[in-house]
Amino acid sequence: MKIKLKKGLRLSLAGSLPANATPTAAESRVFAIYPDDFPGFVPKVDVKEGEEVACGSAVMHDKNHPDVRLVSPVAGKVKAVVRGERRKVIRIEVEAGESGVESPVFKKPAEVGAIKEFLASSGLLALMRQRPYDIVPNPADKVRDIFVTAFDEAPLAPDYSVFSGIFSADDYQAGINLLSEICEGKVYISHKAGFGYTSLRGAEMIEFDGAYPASNVGVQIANIRPVDKGDVVWTLDFATVGRIGKLVRTGVCDFRTVVAVVGPEIEKPALVSTVCGSMIAPIINGKLKSTNRNLRIISGNVFTGIADSADAFIHYPYRQITVIDEGDDVDEFMGWASFSPKKMSESSSFPGRFFSRLFSPDARINGGRRAMIVSGQYDKFMPMDILPEYLIKAILSNNIDDMEKLGIYEVAPEDFAAAEYADTSKLPLQKIVRDGLDNLRKELE
Amino acid sequence: MSKLRNYLDKIKPNFEEGGKLQAFRSVYDGMETFLYTPKTTSAPSGAVHIHDSIDSKRTMIIVVCALLPCFLFGMYNTGYQHWLAAGATEFPFWELMIYGFLTILPRVAVAYIVGLGIEFTFAQIKKEEIQEGFLVTGILVPMICPAEIPLWMLAVAVAFAVIFAKEVFGGTGYNVLNVALVTRAFLFFAYPAQMSGDKVYVATNAPFGYGEALADGFSCATPLGQIATQSGPSIEFTGIGGNIISTWDAFIGLIPGSFGETSTLCILIGAIILLAAGIASWRIILSVIAGGLFMGWIANIFATPLYPASYVPAVDQLLLGGFAFAAVFMATDPVTAARTTTGKYIYGFLIGAIAIVIRTYNTGYPEGAMLAVLLMNCFAPLIDYCVVQANMRRRTNRLKAKTSQQ
Repeated sequence: MKIKLKKGLRLSLAGSLPANATPTAAESRVFAIYPDDFPGFVPKVDVKEGEEVACGSAVMHDKNHPDVRLVSPVAGKVKAVVRGERRKVIRIEVEAGESGVESPVFKKPAEVGAIKEFLASSGLLALMRQRPYDIVPNPADKVRDIFVTAFDEAPLAPDYSVFSGIFSADDYQAGINLLSEICEGKVYISHKAGFGYTSLRGAEMIEFDGAYPASNVGVQIANIRPVDKGDVVWTLDFATVGRIGKLVRTGVCDFRTVVAVVGPEIEKPALVSTVCGSMIAPIINGKLKSTNRNLRIISGNVFTGIADSADAFIHYPYRQITVIDEGDDVDEFMGWASFSPKKMSESSSFPGRFFSRLFSPDARINGGRRAMIVSGQYDKFMPMDILPEYLIKAILSNNIDDMEKLGIYEVAPEDFAAAEYADTSKLPLQKIVRDGLDNLRKELE
Repeated sequence: MSKLRNYLDKIKPNFEEGGKLQAFRSVYDGMETFLYTPKTTSAPSGAVHIHDSIDSKRTMIIVVCALLPCFLFGMYNTGYQHWLAAGATEFPFWELMIYGFLTILPRVAVAYIVGLGIEFTFAQIKKEEIQEGFLVTGILVPMICPAEIPLWMLAVAVAFAVIFAKEVFGGTGYNVLNVALVTRAFLFFAYPAQMSGDKVYVATNAPFGYGEALADGFSCATPLGQIATQSGPSIEFTGIGGNIISTWDAFIGLIPGSFGETSTLCILIGAIILLAAGIASWRIILSVIAGGLFMGWIANIFATPLYPASYVPAVDQLLLGGFAFAAVFMATDPVTAARTTTGKYIYGFLIGAIAIVIRTYNTGYPEGAMLAVLLMNCFAPLIDYCVVQANMRRRTNRLKAKTSQQ
């Protein structure tokens, strides 16, 4: 099946990966897991500082679903359990090295009913999400369908083919086989033209043609089989399918990953092979442009990533690091009146829109926060049957009835990212949707 | 440039909490964000890291730029009508422009001083940033009134509209009615003698002593004002010199009328600017025109001497009075218009149709565009409500179909 989406946003940012980039290895010694990367997961720490762990050993479990675990991506010693205010767990750092603990072996259970716990205890369930609420799935739920996205249209995002050195077609096939056992409906794989794994069996292949957010699984679900109240669907990316397949085939967790280091402030964009949760500094070492400007190092893409310092660690989904200027060190005189072709905008009032050039935006909001004034602006970036302005207003007024009727169960914060980028009123749409989903879950549970 | 920046940084503490001039914090904030792009950067997580360069300041200024052709033409036309009334046969361009400029300048100044003053005060009280909405309203108001509207009336009307049509609802982005039109409606109903009739639409004074004051009681009605005196079936409008006003004259706009709304040509230029910049909704503009043409055509079919305006050809209806101006600059105000795509078509069509209905069948009001827009402003939320309900129904029906299957 083919689906063409007209609405969306295509940005041309400087610092994209060269064609045929091949990964080089990074020397990382310390790795970390941030429980905040996994919405809905209430962390209970299972390890102490100095304790030895293996790759796949649980370091945290979910207070509400003890089966759901976050595991160490490497073997070594727990270096630190970093806590913030009111002892909230910020991250657990593991230093790679010798470990006396034997790696746990996860064997795929014979009975179908136990597969979800199998995924949960191996730490791979945490890499998946569920709709509604966009949270880590609850292994007790009945799953209507499973949706996999196998392409990424976010700015400067790498293709999933970079994982070909880690996961084989057999791994992906094993992953799909396992997923199709746990859902009542189908496993859907959304890809774009030129996808290298169309011969995989047991999944419905859907070809998408469209700009961001077409690669968001939420948009894909809305165009394939929308989520209704009461439905639970699980979502994941194609790399996680490979990880699951590898676990099924070898019994061991493989947390190797390939990270694209990209962005306007990167001298030579490149792929780096490392392990999930690596410290950022070794990955970007020697790749930054020499500049005395303040930089913003983003784990992920410019729409949904998390900004952190270089001595922090890469966040979920561990596939991309984007570096841009922070922009808090420039005085721009009357920027709102500028006709500079360097200004990036979706508005035709900026000449840059008419040149095919690469932009180097910084992290400034470029204006002040206002009430929603311009109408119909969000619709241009929402290729789904949702009225974004009205859903946002229903969330802001905490009107649960309207939220449900306007389709809050179908959306995740990332689906609003393109609209948030383009918004004249500079409203924090993703945060509003996140808070809305969290409140709704609290009210209804 | 850095000198200015340093100066702003130096005086900033005075305006902060506890500073000597803290009562003017909103004024300082307004100036600072006007001169320098704020350095606020995106949140580190849960938000996009880059933002589009467009902001509310640029959006509003583009609307002001789109109004400039009409404004410049209004200056010329005010002078032109004045010269005509004085019986002149030569029309020196710059003198006409200067006369028009000097006539309108005090009105623009009063509108901005009163309106922005109120805006700054409310921003200060609510501890918010100053909003840009009044930049547009401030120039719109003098453009939709007779050029010589008394300043004190203008001040009272602007104050009333900004406070009661906007600030009480929560400020820019929350108002139900178009603020500029509320100003005009206030003037229209409170001081009808200065807002209608055949004596107000030609400037007769000598602003700041420039030009020649005409004798009191000079009269020439606008084309729409002349309708009541006609009986059809052929309608003829005359200008100051008794010349016949053709469709072409009405299109170019050298006719008596409110300051900025006579020239359909200049309004078209403004429309092109707004549409090219993607600020006004083409759906609304198009459907207002469609509604106007439709209703004008219906009126033509059932034309009767009882309502002489029903003889006016549909195309002329669009060119006369404030219709085109309302379609491009008033109906498209995104805050007070319908916000859903389908809603915009309905909203626009009804504005066009109702404007012509009021013009034609209510002989008390020669012009209906203002009332039509204000009326539909009130109904826009209802139209949107129906469109939103349809979206909700699709979802509930899907759910019902599913549960009935099981």
